[in-house]
Amino acid sequence: MKLIKKPNMNLKKFLDSINIAKQCRKYNLSVWQCPQFLFLILGLVVIISSLAIYFIGIHYSDDPEVIALIVLFMSIFLIMVDFSIIKSFERLAEVARMKSEFVSVVSHQLRSPLSNLKWVVDLLISGKIESVSEKQSVYLQILRENSRRMEGLVSDLLIVSRIEADNLPFKIEKASLVELIKSLISRIESFAKASNIEIELIIEENLPEFFFDYQKIEQAVNNILDNAIRYIKGNGKIEVILKKEANKLCLEIKDNGVGIPKEDQKYIFQKFFRASNASKIQAQGSGLGLYIAKSIIEKSGGKIYFVSRENEGSVFTINLPIK
Amino acid sequence: MKKILFIEDEAALQKTFGDILGIEGFRVIPAIDGEIGLRLAYSEQPDLIILDLVLPRLHGLEVLRGLKEKKETCDIPVIILTNLGDLENIEKALQLGATTYMVKSDHTLNDIVEKVKKQFLIN
Repeated sequence: MKLIKKPNMNLKKFLDSINIAKQCRKYNLSVWQCPQFLFLILGLVVIISSLAIYFIGIHYSDDPEVIALIVLFMSIFLIMVDFSIIKSFERLAEVARMKSEFVSVVSHQLRSPLSNLKWVVDLLISGKIESVSEKQSVYLQILRENSRRMEGLVSDLLIVSRIEADNLPFKIEKASLVELIKSLISRIESFAKASNIEIELIIEENLPEFFFDYQKIEQAVNNILDNAIRYIKGNGKIEVILKKEANKLCLEIKDNGVGIPKEDQKYIFQKFFRASNASKIQAQGSGLGLYIAKSIIEKSGGKIYFVSRENEGSVFTINLPIK
Repeated sequence: MKKILFIEDEAALQKTFGDILGIEGFRVIPAIDGEIGLRLAYSEQPDLIILDLVLPRLHGLEVLRGLKEKKETCDIPVIILTNLGDLENIEKALQLGATTYMVKSDHTLNDIVEKVKKQFLIN
């Protein structure tokens, strides 16, 4: 078999390697964090430093050979330092990129067996294959609940990896936030009731429809509502208020739950972070919900913030621009 | 009895769907890769096709293209059932003529059975 070399491919590879904008995009970094761009800047610094050394040199010495030698050594030294700094940067950027890719691939691969597991359990629980005893049904429900939890976690990890790769697709359509909130609350009401929590919905009249990604915003609001329900001890109340303020819609979710300790508040939107009191009340929880919610709201051009007092409750506010 | 061609490379899913759709009164024809799926679609002329996207030998979107290109199969409704939930694949599949696009992790077994039944009611 003959091996055919493709010079065009090599040329393309070379051109790609010196295309700074493309390399920065590959690592998903801004230019000031991009190794290739920094190398270019440091190269300029080396040239300027060499010239400066030369001019300082001729001021103090008449021997051109000594000056040339000093400039040469200084330049080599600076280039070596630059090179090692840039290489470390490049390695870090590559590791971050690979980590994101790894999470994405693993999450995809995990989804298939999880769906299989969930559907087999669904089929067994349905009793259509053969009747299921009460005891078996309890165990099958445990299996179903846990496969759902795992599926939720894998799905969250996939979203996080897409957010980090700046690759989370948004499908913007004209829709009603009022409908979204109503349908979301009707879905989670039974979960809230089971936890002895009352949800009160206060919606201003005649709120306009506007352009946003329905599913993504639904997920963001769901994550906040879910937290509100989970972190109320005993009987509780959640108020959901939707109103218009200037050119934005303002959604407030108030709960009388355990609140967020003051020292944890600055970390609450970080991924995998869970407040110290949250872990005591709820063992379950990945610490991804608020990170995902914040990313979605900000990508939609909105803002999310909160006010919270430990043992009194929290108010999460989402502002979305009407566009 | 209505015929459903189920193009899916996962044996576990073939078994689960074969059983549940069989119980619901459908005849399920299994196909474990894209090429076999396309061949069976031409020869069996099913009433409905459930199609995965990530398939050995021929990608699901190519199967869909092949189905829509032939006069005998272009009107058969196709439900895409996959783990790929990105917009690009959803748009491509719908543009090529898929009837419904379902992401596996978002649905229960019952959701899918209901969707299949609804499809026959529509037709």
